[in-house]
Amino acid sequence: MNDSIKVLLVDDEEEFVTTLAERLEMREFDPSIATSGDQALSMVQDKGFDLIVLDLMMPGIGGLEVMKQIKSVNPDMPIILLTGQGSTKEGMEGMNQGAFDFLMKPLDIEELISQIHEALGKTSA
Amino acid sequence: MADKMKKWWDLCRQILERDEEKKEMPRRYRRLRRNIIFLMLAVTLIPLVIMAATNAMQYQKNIKAERIKPIRAIAGKAAHSFELFLEERLSAIHFIASSYSYEILSGQATLHRIFRILREEYGGYVDLGIINNDGTKVAYTGPYDLLNKNYSNQQWFNEARVRGVYISDVFMGYRDLPHIAMAVQNLNDQGESWILRATMDTKKFEDLISPMGMDPITDAFIVNSKGVLQSDSRNYGKVLDQFPMEIPSSDSGTHVRELTDPDGREIVMVYSRLIKYDFTLVMILPQANVFQPWHTLKQEMSYMFVASVIAIFLVILGSTHLLVKRIREADEKRVIAFRELEYTQKLSSIGRLAAGVAHEINNPLAIINEKAGLLKDLVDHDKHHDKEKLMRGVSQILQSVDRCRNITHRLLGFARRIGVQYEMLDINEVLRDTLGFLEKEAHHRNLNIEFKFDEQIPKISSDRGQLQQVILNMLTNAFAAVKDGGEIVLSTWEKDGQTVALAIRDNGHGMTEETMRQIFEPFFTTKKGYGTGLGLSITYGIIKKLGGEIKVDSKIDQGTTFTIFLPKTPPGEMENE
Repeated sequence: MNDSIKVLLVDDEEEFVTTLAERLEMREFDPSIATSGDQALSMVQDKGFDLIVLDLMMPGIGGLEVMKQIKSVNPDMPIILLTGQGSTKEGMEGMNQGAFDFLMKPLDIEELISQIHEALGKTSA
Repeated sequence: MADKMKKWWDLCRQILERDEEKKEMPRRYRRLRRNIIFLMLAVTLIPLVIMAATNAMQYQKNIKAERIKPIRAIAGKAAHSFELFLEERLSAIHFIASSYSYEILSGQATLHRIFRILREEYGGYVDLGIINNDGTKVAYTGPYDLLNKNYSNQQWFNEARVRGVYISDVFMGYRDLPHIAMAVQNLNDQGESWILRATMDTKKFEDLISPMGMDPITDAFIVNSKGVLQSDSRNYGKVLDQFPMEIPSSDSGTHVRELTDPDGREIVMVYSRLIKYDFTLVMILPQANVFQPWHTLKQEMSYMFVASVIAIFLVILGSTHLLVKRIREADEKRVIAFRELEYTQKLSSIGRLAAGVAHEINNPLAIINEKAGLLKDLVDHDKHHDKEKLMRGVSQILQSVDRCRNITHRLLGFARRIGVQYEMLDINEVLRDTLGFLEKEAHHRNLNIEFKFDEQIPKISSDRGQLQQVILNMLTNAFAAVKDGGEIVLSTWEKDGQTVALAIRDNGHGMTEETMRQIFEPFFTTKKGYGTGLGLSITYGIIKKLGGEIKVDSKIDQGTTFTIFLPKTPPGEMENE
């Protein structure tokens, strides 16, 4: 049932993002990985992702900027933000700019999945 | 007076000391208080004392002069009267000797008659006699049988013959009354000298002196040049006694002396020496009576003076005590406020760190989370036989735990201490370590951080926590000043044998001269809205406390360099707080 869902995971912590991808794969998602904002932007243009999970704090182009650029091309793209900061300030800011939700690191994978489903308008399995 | 003052002083000192014991006032406040008290006492008491002394002297002079003036006048008048009296008596004898010839006077009957008239008219005469050229009494009228007595060997006889006139000192005569003798010389038709001699009692002296001694405290009498009393004195003996004090020999006229008599009485002696005769009129009054108004005034002035001094002393003590107390309280408040500020600043530094630290910890935690999740997933999906994958996951977890541990250790190292605690430090290491807090931010903002460390720099004795706070503050400022991609250079070097230096240079927006002048002042901030304005003032305070110096150099739009100089051994290292 998750087979069709193409998720792009963007985070500069490579270990984090590859492991997360592996786990999502085991849950029958179709995840892709980007480790920088630039990479994410170029990948968005190529493939049609259903949803993007985007870390806010990255060197180079930050999460909010990446989201802005994606939204300018594809305003309906659902985006879930990740934040490692203790504060929810940046997450709220992201939601104001059109993010579906934001999640704190470390992640609860079940919560992420339910958010993905919610964002895509599907009920959780 | 001196005793009284000393008593007061002791009392005040006791109060002060008890006060000090109670509060255990630090020495510098005691010294401050003592100095203020001495200074204030000096500026108030010295003019007061000078003024009081000057006034007292002036008053004393005036009052004494005023009181002495009438006494001196009385003495002068009495002396004059006395002189006139002697003059008159002598003149009467002269008149008799000149009016009658030797032959007539040496007739006993005539002499007797003249003597009677003389007594009636003048009174006080006791006898009258005629002595011829040989010194033999040829005629005599009086109570003794002195006819034909020869006086040629007696001093008065010779003196009368040489000078023509003789007045004796007082002697005890008829009926044991004091008498004086007067003699005048004359020449008869043959050119032979003869003498008319009269004796009289000195009752008249008392009448002459009495106006001088009208009030009962005044002692008035006559002495001769040998200091023998010629009239009774109230305090110094009877007639013919030796007057116990020396009368300064001086010219005629009236003189005043203040002295102490042999019985220890303080007296004023007014004396007037007669011009022609060997007599001196003396008036003696107790100083206490003469200077009574002065003593009263002096006493009143003394009371006023002592009261003023005590009032001044108490006011000064009180106000100084209050002042020093206020200063001390203000100092204490300042110290407490500074400590609170320091603490607040520390908390704020920690708060600022918290966000960054949370991010840094959350990232490895997120990895741990995912790796652990993956391991669980592998077990769940029965894929746990892939040993390589399991090991990779576990080692990633351990690595991430290590990352977290580094962060927490660093944070603990920073937060652990508030007071000063000296240890041997490598400032390069402290700088690197502190920069670790901000590494992530530097990485995210693409800041170029360059190290120009003197790797041979000697270790210094300083406080790690405080230094870290200072460096963190400097670094935060540098980070805030530069744009993303900016450059920050950290350098260290040994300045001289005693000092090491570290500098943090950024190529940020810099600051104006005006700003540079104010940055170390508390509550000055350019970060309106989110700065406390305390960072650099606290930094300044800490550096001073560590015995160092801080210096700033900045050019607008070119960047800022903060240089900190630290002593290898701080002053007063032993004084750990």
